[in-house]
Amino acid sequence: MGAVVGTLTMQTKQRRPSRDRADDDLEMTMVCHRPEGLDQLEAQTNFSKRELQVLYRGFKNECPSGIVNEETFKQIYSQFFPHGDASTYAHFLFNAFDSAHTGSIKFEDFVTALSILLRGSVTEKLQWTFNLYDINRDGYINKEEMTDIVRAIYDMMGKYTYPVLKNDAPKQHVEAFFQKMDKNRDGVVTLDEFILSCQEDENIMRSLQLFENVI
Amino acid sequence: MAAGVATWLPFARAAAVGWLPLAKKTMPKPPVDNSSKSDEILYVNVSGVRFQTWKNTLDRYPETLLGSSEKEFFYNEDTQEYFFDRDPEMFRHILNFYRTGKLHYPRNECIQAFDEELAFYGIVPEIIGDCCMEEYRDRKKENQERLAEDTEANEGMDAPLPPHSTSRERLWRAFENPHTSTMALVFYYVTGFFIAVSVIANVVETVPCRPRKGSVKDLPCGEKYQLAFFCMDTACVLIFTFEYLMRLFAAPSRCKFMRSVMSVIDVVAIMPYYIGLVMPENEDVSGAFVTLRVFRVFRIFKFSRHSQGLRILGYTLKSCASELGFLLFSLTMAIIIFATVMFYAEKGTAGSTFTSIPASFWYTIVTMTTLGYGDMVPNTIAGKIFGSICSLSGVLVIALPVPVIVSNFSRIYHQNQRADKMRAQQKVRLARIRMAKKGTANAFLQYKEDRSLGDRDSDTTALCVKNRSAFEHQHHHLLHCLEKTTNHEFTNEMTYSELCMTESVGYRTSRSTSLSSQQGAQNNSTGCCPRRARRRAAMRLANSTVSVSRGSVQELDTLHIKTTSIPPQTRSSLNAQTGDLKLNCGEQDFTAAIISIPTPPANTPDESLPPSPAPIPGILRNTRATAYTHDTVKISSL
Repeated sequence: MGAVVGTLTMQTKQRRPSRDRADDDLEMTMVCHRPEGLDQLEAQTNFSKRELQVLYRGFKNECPSGIVNEETFKQIYSQFFPHGDASTYAHFLFNAFDSAHTGSIKFEDFVTALSILLRGSVTEKLQWTFNLYDINRDGYINKEEMTDIVRAIYDMMGKYTYPVLKNDAPKQHVEAFFQKMDKNRDGVVTLDEFILSCQEDENIMRSLQLFENVI
Repeated sequence: MAAGVATWLPFARAAAVGWLPLAKKTMPKPPVDNSSKSDEILYVNVSGVRFQTWKNTLDRYPETLLGSSEKEFFYNEDTQEYFFDRDPEMFRHILNFYRTGKLHYPRNECIQAFDEELAFYGIVPEIIGDCCMEEYRDRKKENQERLAEDTEANEGMDAPLPPHSTSRERLWRAFENPHTSTMALVFYYVTGFFIAVSVIANVVETVPCRPRKGSVKDLPCGEKYQLAFFCMDTACVLIFTFEYLMRLFAAPSRCKFMRSVMSVIDVVAIMPYYIGLVMPENEDVSGAFVTLRVFRVFRIFKFSRHSQGLRILGYTLKSCASELGFLLFSLTMAIIIFATVMFYAEKGTAGSTFTSIPASFWYTIVTMTTLGYGDMVPNTIAGKIFGSICSLSGVLVIALPVPVIVSNFSRIYHQNQRADKMRAQQKVRLARIRMAKKGTANAFLQYKEDRSLGDRDSDTTALCVKNRSAFEHQHHHLLHCLEKTTNHEFTNEMTYSELCMTESVGYRTSRSTSLSSQQGAQNNSTGCCPRRARRRAAMRLANSTVSVSRGSVQELDTLHIKTTSIPPQTRSSLNAQTGDLKLNCGEQDFTAAIISIPTPPANTPDESLPPSPAPIPGILRNTRATAYTHDTVKISSL
């Protein structure tokens, strides 16, 4: 009978005693980063004010907190390559963008890299590419690093390709690359070898110019 | 694709510069893009709704977007205002915060939308005023709980198995989710049946049966049909033991499994039997033996694996542990107080049943829970008065924690119901999401097919090109660059499975192809033999595709050859061969030639080899002189 009375008078608010602590952690993690001023960025990069405005609006829309961490970056990049697995290459790309190794990309990093890639000189572009390939940043590209990169690129193609992807396709690709780039046959490619070999290759030079009007 | 992702596309395309040194061919051309101190009043245009405010108002909070120089990124020179492409309704609240210093939470808005707006404008939710803070917190907690359940439901129960799971993992999954496979379901019902049988046997054992011949007393059925009951018990215990050992084997973490509640119940259910087997039949331990038999009733708890309601009840009790503890504590206090009082009130009377305070506990409990057996009744007036006070207070004390327990149970029960509903709808949702994803993947393949199939009319091609948005153009260009870098093409599942099927047929030739290409080891695939071998393999693939998958002889109508930078003289030679088409979408380094093969292929693959490739190597020999590096052959039969 006591229980019946109790149920009839039920009016209690639900208590969640031990969860208030989690709230504070949640609210704390809303870090906000604000970029440097428009004028400063215009001076540092090769973009005009208007272009920077456009870039920032897009960036801010996607990442209101002002920074991109690696997980978000991988997700965004994967959306462009729905056929395969873009996460490994996105990881390498993230490290190339995050030059200061802070673990997150700010708008300044984003815009600096874009400025090099789209408006930089040939040497700067090739240098950026060299940094992308040189995973451990020791100044040399060795075969393992290159194999990792090439495998990551092939992963983006996915399974359904024509001709059917063989297991040693990345390795062959790396061999071809080293044949071309490694001038003194010492097993590693240095920045000078890289730049020299690329400048000799017409295809690469021509393709470099194609990407200038991306924005 | 999400609209927001479109803003990242330029960056992804710029990053494609990283592929250039690896690419063996030139990148395709990108699509052409045909496409701003004394106090002043600032104009802020939010999706068409114009707000006006003093500059000082916004400057009050310099750590937010509107208060800092970040808003300069959103300044539109032409209209001299700040333009934000956000929700104007929400912006009203944001602006009010600047004006009044207090942030209010609009109750009719979605909590997540509000949070996103706050994040965008750089406002920390902590500063929500006291009037709205509680509501905000509650809604946020509720939302998070709901989201947490959804992600659990997503990744937990019905997730498809990872492809390379061991038999152990599969076994564990079968045990945990019986509805995933028929075997598991059968096992589930069998164990349920045996639990029921075991419990019923335990119960029926004690029912008195008709006595054996020659004796007068009624015998419990357990003793009359001792062998039958023993056999049934053995069978049940064997099944339970088997189940327990299987679970133990399959469990991913054995220690954790052994400590879990269900495993303890399992052990308790089967141990009495084994102990009974081991124990000798003497008088001393038979008492303990009887006690052990009581534990057999715990088998009924094994039903909690089969019944969700039981699990919810158990979970509710666990989560209301503090309320139950309070109930117990307050009851104990009241019992002690009233028992003492009743004892001393009834002490004087002769023949009183209240012999001691502990003896009065029984009376107090029975009275407080309003049972009133009537085996102990107060006789004195004082005793009767205190007895009635006792029963009234009992009602109150028990009534207090019960609503909390009830509401907890109802909340958990509803959560479970909602989880079940979500799970049922999840399949539809996932299917729809997969279709949308496939749409984007297929868009590129469709685009390639359209381009290569081509129309004879340049107008229709221009139309088909125009139908795609600028974003799609750029995205397809990016995918095309990736293809050129890796020297492979995207295809769809069907073509790929067909290729795999016929891969074994064309294995010999493909192996020679790879050997020769290894020897070549250049960017260009040189030599006519690899090319011809590849062509032969491709032809063989095509023909066997025709014969294997279609099952009937069909004409191989079109053969697409894509080459890069073919100089004009070879194109004329192509023209000389058969009717062909040249598709020029404004890109000089890409042409598609369609050649129709005059002779239909023979039934068997081998026969068709000599005649059909005859025209093609001729063409290719002419074009070999040019500097093109790679050709891809895509075969379709119409």
